[in-house]
Amino acid sequence: MLLRITDRGLYCEAGDFYIDPWQPVDRAVITHAHGDHARWGSRHYLASSEGRRVLRTRLGADASIQSVDYGERIDMGGVRVSLHPAGHILGSAQIRVEHGGEVWVVSGDYKTDPDPTCTPFEVVRCHTFITESTFGLPIYRWQPQSEVFAEMREWWSANAKAERASIVYAYALGKAQRVLAGLLDADGGAMGPIYTHGAVERLTRDYRDSGIALPHTHHASEMPRGHDFGGSLVIAPPSAAGSTWLRRFGAASPAFASGWMQIRGARRRRAVDRGFVLSDHVDWPALLSTIEATGAERVWVTHGFREPVVRWLLERGIDALSIASHWEGEEEVESPAAGEEIVA
Amino acid sequence: MRRFAQLFAEVDRTTRTNEKVDAMTAYFAVADPADAAWAVYFLSGSRPKRLIPVRRLSAWALEIAQIPEWLFDECYDAVGDLAETISLLLPPATSYTERPLHEWIEQRVLGLAKLGEEAQRDSIRESWSALDGVERFVWNKLITGGFRVGVSHQLVVRALSRASGIDEGTIAHRLTGHWKPTANAYRALLAADTSDADRSRPYPFYLAYALEGPLEELGDASEWQLEWKWDGIRSQLIRRDGKNYLWSRGDELVTDRFPEIAAAAEFLPDGTVIDGEIMPWANDAPLPFAQLQRRIGRTKLGPKILADVPVVLIAYDLLEIEGRDLRGEPLSSRRAQLATAIANARAESRFLLSSIVHATTWDDARDAHGRARAQLAEGLMLKRLDSLYGVGRRKGGWWKWKVQPFTVDAVMVYAQAGHGRRASLHTDYTFAVWRDGVLVPIAKAYSGLTDVEIRELDGWIRRNTKEKFGPVRHVEPVHVFELAFEGIQASPRHKSGVAVRFPRILRWRKDKPPAEADTLDTLQTLLREQS
Repeated sequence: MLLRITDRGLYCEAGDFYIDPWQPVDRAVITHAHGDHARWGSRHYLASSEGRRVLRTRLGADASIQSVDYGERIDMGGVRVSLHPAGHILGSAQIRVEHGGEVWVVSGDYKTDPDPTCTPFEVVRCHTFITESTFGLPIYRWQPQSEVFAEMREWWSANAKAERASIVYAYALGKAQRVLAGLLDADGGAMGPIYTHGAVERLTRDYRDSGIALPHTHHASEMPRGHDFGGSLVIAPPSAAGSTWLRRFGAASPAFASGWMQIRGARRRRAVDRGFVLSDHVDWPALLSTIEATGAERVWVTHGFREPVVRWLLERGIDALSIASHWEGEEEVESPAAGEEIVA
Repeated sequence: MRRFAQLFAEVDRTTRTNEKVDAMTAYFAVADPADAAWAVYFLSGSRPKRLIPVRRLSAWALEIAQIPEWLFDECYDAVGDLAETISLLLPPATSYTERPLHEWIEQRVLGLAKLGEEAQRDSIRESWSALDGVERFVWNKLITGGFRVGVSHQLVVRALSRASGIDEGTIAHRLTGHWKPTANAYRALLAADTSDADRSRPYPFYLAYALEGPLEELGDASEWQLEWKWDGIRSQLIRRDGKNYLWSRGDELVTDRFPEIAAAAEFLPDGTVIDGEIMPWANDAPLPFAQLQRRIGRTKLGPKILADVPVVLIAYDLLEIEGRDLRGEPLSSRRAQLATAIANARAESRFLLSSIVHATTWDDARDAHGRARAQLAEGLMLKRLDSLYGVGRRKGGWWKWKVQPFTVDAVMVYAQAGHGRRASLHTDYTFAVWRDGVLVPIAKAYSGLTDVEIRELDGWIRRNTKEKFGPVRHVEPVHVFELAFEGIQASPRHKSGVAVRFPRILRWRKDKPPAEADTLDTLQTLLREQS
């Protein structure tokens, strides 16, 4: 086996490196900067150059990070390693590993829907495909995002009319910027003022510095006391819900942007006014068509609804296996709390 | 249908009462009466009887969605709601058509039960292909009899009142009992002439809030009437035009359930309405509520059950006498007339005048409250002597003051995922206490934790499952919870030998190791003290 699961994570013995290890190792190849994939403490990191700014913000100034462009091949102990766009967030990559004529691809998290904040997903042919399965059930079929953003704008303008702030809970890295990009008007502005939570603001700056066009934002905590947020839109990480930081916005209307909002129970449990179904992961049809497009003979399924996806593939004659992820009990989060530092 | 589905979505997504009422008001203001009648029917929580076995529905759905049954089951597990699972799995509508709500209900829903399986299948498939998104979800909810929306009956009444200008009391009065969802009934509901009320119908019940502050804030004790609070079925007994009707607070006509009370009503003068509590009662004392439940569950009442569980009506208010509406008179006056009516009825064995608990000071009241459990009452009712009989739950005139619940510290041993809002979160827990070093389950509880605690516990449950039996997880006995409950009874059906009433979680005792949870002895002692 070119890759195998160890207690530190996915390991390539031939090249002596790990992919998204969950414990400190010597050499880590990173799919993307979300906290459950890019962990602190490893000696050397290899990641995509598109995502180098956000990864630096996440791992700190001292981390040793080597950047490679998408498609650039490097040699690690005789193993050819290259990174290919995964379309999940800025800089997200699939890791292609080739040795002795055998090709493995680790998808990390990915989506095939268009997203102006990152390079689009690219199918990479391989023998073995290790895929995520966050939304691996047929109840998950995403509606076109143009409809979602139209609903979001409608909701925002209804709130603005009532002079209420609109709060969108979105993961600080990736989802927040995708929401911003979706609210960007042709003239480079947005319908009204947009404020951000500190965790969102810092990463949003990284996105702009990486050349992504986003509407102008203000860091909410820098506004003077008593500032009127009525009619504005606020983007905050889910961890800010219920915090005292929210008090400044008064009687605002909360919403949550996530693929989980597809299910009414999940929407109601969040106790938000709106659940916008906006995911950075593949839905069921895209998951299946991607697996098929890779031409893989063997599929390892990780992260999410592993068992149903494996069973579905086995019943269609594909050699599939469920790979235990280190992150149990996190079905509710698209990127776990580790990446959600609460910084106002 | 589109407009009704939109109303559902508007009501469903907000937690603000005002927005719900606004959405309903806007709907009623413009809706066609034939549609609005059905909207009232469904929003108030009525549903047609089960029309179609759900197993058939899911079989047809997975046929269309082209997925195997096991995958359907996985989806259902993740969603926690059958109607929603089906609407998410079906492909988009192929022949979307807009039809009014009443047409859908009257032509496509009500007749379903009478069709053969083949015809049902064709009808359902055709409906599915003509509906999309929320409409399809709502329609699935209607045919599975599971349509629920987060509004109370009172909010629907308020919206109707706002849309029509008719006062809430009249609307509530007109809606109680067997209201038929027709265009004419809807027009009659909002008719400007308010003298037409059906003679069989009860008045809207006046409901008390739980006592909040100290007694002293209520003013002088002498201005209040105190009575025992009983754990029975709140009811109105109506005698008008020589006929008798007994209504429960759930707007259900229960005359046939309690024939002995209906018979005793013959002794009341025509035009009488009594508000009271149906209680199982023998030898001058109440029987446990579970005894009453034995009667509620039956369609036929044989002589044995009538003898085993005799009932009385504890009369505590008089709303009408000789056809005169007394609700505008103060309690003191109503009470005096009630006492006379009961005394004249010569049926004392079935009518008990609710006894007044004498208290000249609030300290007396506190003493009485301390004796409530010994009386087998669940607390005290405090009613202002000058209070009028209001509509619905209103603050100020009446308060209920329940005794402190029993509590026990128990260990969580099983957990199961909830449904609906709680799907895919473990929210249904089973708790156990110690007997000879072994944990014996004593209660299931679903409520009492905050969302944050539920999430935390859910993560812990997933990581600390010892065994799974279907959806039930056997977890490490680590976490101790303080449970409250209202009563305790011997029960041969439970392994522990006891059954508790209304168990719920008071708090998570993170400070307590499982070894310090209570023992079954504690509960058995409580049980002995009760009887």
